[in-house]
Amino acid sequence: MTGSGQGKTIRIIGLGNELRGDDAVGLLAARRIRGRVGDRTEVIEAEMAGLEIVELMEGARAVILIDAARSGQAPGSIHRLDASVSPIGSMVFPHSSHAINAVDALELARTLGTLPPTVIVYGIEAGDTETGHPLSLQVARALDDVVERILQESETIACTNSI
Amino acid sequence: MAEKKPKTRTIAVNIIARVEGEGALRVTVKDGVVQDVELRIFEPPRFFEAFLQGRHYDEVPDIVARICGICPVAYQMSAVHALEQIFGIQVTGALRDLRRLIYCGEWIESHALHVYMLQAPDFLGYDSGIAMAKDHANIVTRGLRLKKSGNAIMTLLGGRSVHPVSVKVGGFSRVPRRRELEGLKDELLWARDAAVETVRWVAGFEYPDFLPDSTFVALRSPEEYPFNEGQIVSNNGLQISAAEFEQHFFERQVSYSTALHCTLQGSSYIVGPLARLNLNHHQLLPLAKQVLEDSGLALPLRNPFHGILARSVEILYALEESLRLIERYEPPPLPAVPVVVRPGTGMACTEAPRGILYHRYRVDGDGIIREAKIVPPTSQNQGRIEQDLRLFMPRLLNLPDKKVALACERVIRCYDPCISCATHFLKLDISREGAA
Repeated sequence: MTGSGQGKTIRIIGLGNELRGDDAVGLLAARRIRGRVGDRTEVIEAEMAGLEIVELMEGARAVILIDAARSGQAPGSIHRLDASVSPIGSMVFPHSSHAINAVDALELARTLGTLPPTVIVYGIEAGDTETGHPLSLQVARALDDVVERILQESETIACTNSI
Repeated sequence: MAEKKPKTRTIAVNIIARVEGEGALRVTVKDGVVQDVELRIFEPPRFFEAFLQGRHYDEVPDIVARICGICPVAYQMSAVHALEQIFGIQVTGALRDLRRLIYCGEWIESHALHVYMLQAPDFLGYDSGIAMAKDHANIVTRGLRLKKSGNAIMTLLGGRSVHPVSVKVGGFSRVPRRRELEGLKDELLWARDAAVETVRWVAGFEYPDFLPDSTFVALRSPEEYPFNEGQIVSNNGLQISAAEFEQHFFERQVSYSTALHCTLQGSSYIVGPLARLNLNHHQLLPLAKQVLEDSGLALPLRNPFHGILARSVEILYALEESLRLIERYEPPPLPAVPVVVRPGTGMACTEAPRGILYHRYRVDGDGIIREAKIVPPTSQNQGRIEQDLRLFMPRLLNLPDKKVALACERVIRCYDPCISCATHFLKLDISREGAA
């Protein structure tokens, strides 16, 4: 957990379990994004974080969350959801993945009034989540794509809302 | 007179989750009598046992930390203690204290999550912690800050909070300076006060009248409340070392679950905060002892619903213990005891937030894992959860299925199983045979 934000920071948070195939995708995306962003953007690999997401978002001006998703679409499909104003629902993240999942953590932060003004969630549809398996081909391809999209989006946010 | 057709009512509760575990509960009632209770659990540790084979011993702490998102320290601690037993290593002094301290952090974090976000909503009549936060924002905020104080300990000692990376066989990859630990003190002092409030708050809940006759199993250590060491004891006279675990506790396969059921001499038993408190309350530190006494509850606590109270008392204990350990800390000369690899088999039990966690490893002369066995607390509590459901169900049978399912979830949640996370999001399917 890093940084006190001071309301100026953009925070990119990758979630997932590195040892469970496609479940690692959010984590790996964050790892790739690190080092390619400017100094107003923090990147956090939060592994299997649940409720911690509430704390990790605290004080940020904008947050981009990245996690594996399961909504029944083809593995590698990329969902982009804007949670800033209203709940994103549980259609894409229907499983309670880590005690309290990303969707619950967002809603808790919203209820407590600590949700940052901008919260974007990227969900990458997972296929194989077996222990010890690598990313599936489809998800590995989606990883390249989602990294570029998030870099673009974080830069856009940085330009639009800079103080 | 025509023979009366038996009425069969099946209540199925499907539980879904991706990582911590997944499972389902099926209860069959025939002519008003509970016939079967089957709790199905999908258990990640089984898959990790195979995954660990062929790995070098120093990879183990990092791998096992990823079995559970809630108790990575527990998995690491049981693993390093079992491996250290093989290599003939004793971790003592400040390194031992730091291990207790990081375990305190995990208990505070895990217990605060369960008390505030998962179980308190059951007592206060909410569907979830989020719904509770709408009416009780101050209380939930207190719970989150309390949880965060445990997180701060884990972050400092583990490098990363959710998955500590610096625990290793022999000690740590790095140890903190005294000043770093002292930096935690102010927040831990606040948290200690908040923990006192937590016990008082929880003690005021209304508890169902339910007193099953259970066997409690926990570690017991001669000089302290148990984390990493001690004999495995029960209220029925058991007293063994971790090396004897498999001679007394047996796992059996049940057809409806991928998890093995663990029994003590053929019977179910309880591990976790309730068992620990009942067997070790004399080892609590003064404040936790006093606040527990003030609650007016007589020990042993037999009501599984009092698990939330035991958990709250343990949060307070863990904060007192953290402050005590920080106070006396002097950095050790080395962050870890040097390891000389030798082949052998080692076993260890440590107290995960949910109860004793047993690991056994067989290592060859090159330090490669040849066999791994992990018995997590949830599979140990499983038989007891089923038995409690059998005993609790009769009082529910006149209720509609939805209410029965909710009541069953509450019983299950008392044990804080790894599936408890998912039980707030249950779907209920009911199938009936006959005119129920």
